[in-house]
Amino acid sequence: MRSAWLTLLLFLASTGTVAQAQDNRTVVVTRGEYLARAGDCIACHTAPDGQIFTGGRAMPTPFGTLYTSNITPDPETGIGRWSPDDFYKTMHSGRFPDGGLIYPAMPFGSYTKVTRADSDAIFAYLRSIPPVNQKNRPHDLRFPYGNRSLILGWRTLFFSEGEYKSDPSKSAEWNRGSYLVEGLGHCGMCHSPINALGGTPQSEAFKGGLIPMQNWYAPSLTSNREAGLGDWSIKDITDLLQTGVSARGVVYGPMAEVVHNSLQYLNDEDTKAMAVYLKSIAESGTRVPSSSALPTTESSLLTSLGKTVYDARCASCHGAQGEGKPPHWPPLANNQSIEMESAVNPIRMVLNGGYPPGTEGNPRPYGMPPFAGLLSDNEVAAVVTYIRTTWGNRGTPVSAREANELRSAPLN
Amino acid sequence: MSLRIAIAGLGIGLSVQVFPVGAQTPGQPPDTMAARVEACTPCHGNQGEGTSDVYFPRLAGKPAGYLYNQLLAFENGRRKYPPMNYLLEYLGDPYLQEMADYFASQHPPLPAPVPSDVSQDVLRHGEALVTRGDASRQIPACASCHGPTLTGMEPAIPGLLGLRPNYVSAQLGAWRYGTRTAKAPDCMQIVAGHLTEADVTAVAAFLATRPAPENAAPVPKGTYILPFFCGSQPN
Ligand code: HEC
Ligand code: HEC
Ligand code: HEC
Ligand code: HEC
Ligand code: HEC
Repeated sequence: MRSAWLTLLLFLASTGTVAQAQDNRTVVVTRGEYLARAGDCIACHTAPDGQIFTGGRAMPTPFGTLYTSNITPDPETGIGRWSPDDFYKTMHSGRFPDGGLIYPAMPFGSYTKVTRADSDAIFAYLRSIPPVNQKNRPHDLRFPYGNRSLILGWRTLFFSEGEYKSDPSKSAEWNRGSYLVEGLGHCGMCHSPINALGGTPQSEAFKGGLIPMQNWYAPSLTSNREAGLGDWSIKDITDLLQTGVSARGVVYGPMAEVVHNSLQYLNDEDTKAMAVYLKSIAESGTRVPSSSALPTTESSLLTSLGKTVYDARCASCHGAQGEGKPPHWPPLANNQSIEMESAVNPIRMVLNGGYPPGTEGNPRPYGMPPFAGLLSDNEVAAVVTYIRTTWGNRGTPVSAREANELRSAPLN
Repeated sequence: MSLRIAIAGLGIGLSVQVFPVGAQTPGQPPDTMAARVEACTPCHGNQGEGTSDVYFPRLAGKPAGYLYNQLLAFENGRRKYPPMNYLLEYLGDPYLQEMADYFASQHPPLPAPVPSDVSQDVLRHGEALVTRGDASRQIPACASCHGPTLTGMEPAIPGLLGLRPNYVSAQLGAWRYGTRTAKAPDCMQIVAGHLTEADVTAVAAFLATRPAPENAAPVPKGTYILPFFCGSQPN
């Protein structure tokens, strides 16, 4: 009789701990899923019509095409046989379990900042998704770039391994934001000038650059003349990151992807932490706008044609004075992303139009029509010149040749 | 004057007037689907009636399920037209459904049939394929799926009226070359695979000469039985 009670008690106790362990597991997996969102793993590791995390997505680079890996827990073709140590080694050191070198297109240069606990959580999450048997497609790189030992050179120049070190002189919120932006968010992968070697020197981090192959300009996150957010309110920044639209501007192109697949899923505290950090890294003071590359008579002709085109084609949404109807129809007056030295983005917006991403905070976005088929190179140049130089905007004129060159920019 | 035509031609000047009164909050765009799909209208027309570009299809009045399937196919790359693939990439499926519903519920008149410049023989050949098919070459009549009046069937079989010959030829070609695919079994891939260039020219030309029937709406689901099962049309 006593022993029966004892067995029952032991049984109850043991089911208690099993249930608790299970609970802990699901907590870790849920956190891992959240962190995988913050790292935007899905953007690269899922093909457009493919199953989640089976890879196979083509990444065109100046050196040839890379194909992303299957990171489902399939033992043969995915990472089913990997240990948490193996996974950490990839995230932290950019190496395969056997020590082989990984191409920096996998953003381990940023992920190295991720803590061991967060890496383990992401791994636990990846172990919990359905395994899919799908072989990795071999990369297609031009000679000599297929030789992985060349990665060593890149690593020497641009890679500094190490988890995020918090700055004790800053608030916990600032450090959290910095951890996310510099680490999982890998914002610097696009928002830095990519030099010919395919790397980002540390001193240039977040200084902005043209994304190779895609022909979109990722503006500087430190210069207030570009996308530096020094004079934005915290609310406008969190709106932009979470919903894709804000009173100051909207996201488009590759940044729409980032908001759609990653940033919209971050909770309010993390979003605010990123906003606080981003606002703080903006350099104080503004740069003097670079002077016009075009002769003045030519640029004043452009401006008057530009006004005609603008009033006919754009003012219905963006307003006669460029005031827009924010957040859905963005203002063009006093909009940094139009005035930047690089005119690539506004030219492409006019040619290709666009929709901000559909997000939980803005599920039914308004769109802008593409004008590639409606305006000549000259008209495109004129209207972009007009919006860059009127209403107090201090950008520079653009030429018909620049407009023409971007007609062939890839759309996906 | 020429400026006004330019504005009207683009549809932006006009569309401001068709928004229902009261939908506009000051400082905000009208809270309507019409305003949300203005990005589509330069190519598809204000109400989805099509434009003068012969490759830009009419959307108005097509079955909502069909339009939704097309938007999904553009979103995930099963159907390719880069300017559209790009626009739809990050919109989310429920919103694409709303866009499909919106264009399905528009009913601008069908365009008048266009006199054809192909010979009577070619037109007769087209008519035969559309209405009777060619059993010896395993070609079912187009009408057996697209409906006796060629107005399609809910939810996902489109009508074939109001489409221009260039567009129809281009789509049949896209199926033959695999750049347009629908959910398997992809009926049109099978049908198009049996057609020769001459067949394509003939059906495209014949279809364009058909006058609009009084009621151009797709018939309800289950009105007739398809000759074989199509993945995009649920049973
Ligand atoms: C910008 C694109 C990009 C992002 C974002 C990205 N990866 Fe990768 N990843 C790659 C590429 C490309 C490779 C293949 C590299 C190679 O072959 O050297 C890769 C390889 C890997 C591998 C090695 C698997 C194998 O067996 O080849 C793992 C594991 C991995 N990624 C995990 C992740 C995780 C987890 C995340 C999110 C936190 C992530 N990746 C985000 C591009 C990306
Ligand atoms: C895949 C490349 C890519 C990644 C990764 C990326 N961005 Fe961007 N970002 C862009 C491009 C391109 C633009 C310019 C288009 C635009 O303004 O939306 C941009 C614009 C921005 C803007 C300016 C928006 C405006 O209206 O002025 C901010 C702020 C920004 N990014 C923040 C971030 C942050 C924070 C991260 C990391 C969590 C990040 N980006 C990651 C490519 C990227
Ligand atoms: C139907 C309304 C509409 C019309 C007409 C329109 N736009 Fe837009 N515009 C938008 C919307 C909506 C966005 C946001 C698109 C996105 O996020 O992809 C936008 C974005 C932009 C941007 C990027 C703004 C930013 O924050 O960086 C520029 C530049 C722009 N439009 C210029 C123009 C010009 C020039 C014209 C006329 C040739 C024009 N637009 C016509 C609605 C419109
Ligand atoms: C630049 C012009 C352009 C714009 C802008 C555009 N489309 Fe299209 N659309 C096309 C063309 C061209 C096709 C036919 C593509 C092909 O050959 O398959 C098409 C096809 C379609 C189809 C399939 C029609 C059918 O009968 O099979 C749908 C649905 C559609 N578009 C909806 C939209 C919506 C919704 C928008 C706005 C979000 C939009 N389009 C914007 C040019 C455009
Ligand atoms: C077995 C049924 C079936 C037959 C027979 C058939 N179709 Fe179709 N057709 C379909 C379905 C289903 C779709 C919609 C496919 C999709 O969702 O993309 C379609 C779509 C089309 C479209 C695209 C319409 C648009 O707006 O883009 C064209 C054009 C077309 N069919 C022409 C034809 C012609 C011409 C014939 C005869 C030679 C024919 N079809 C015979 C089932 C059929």
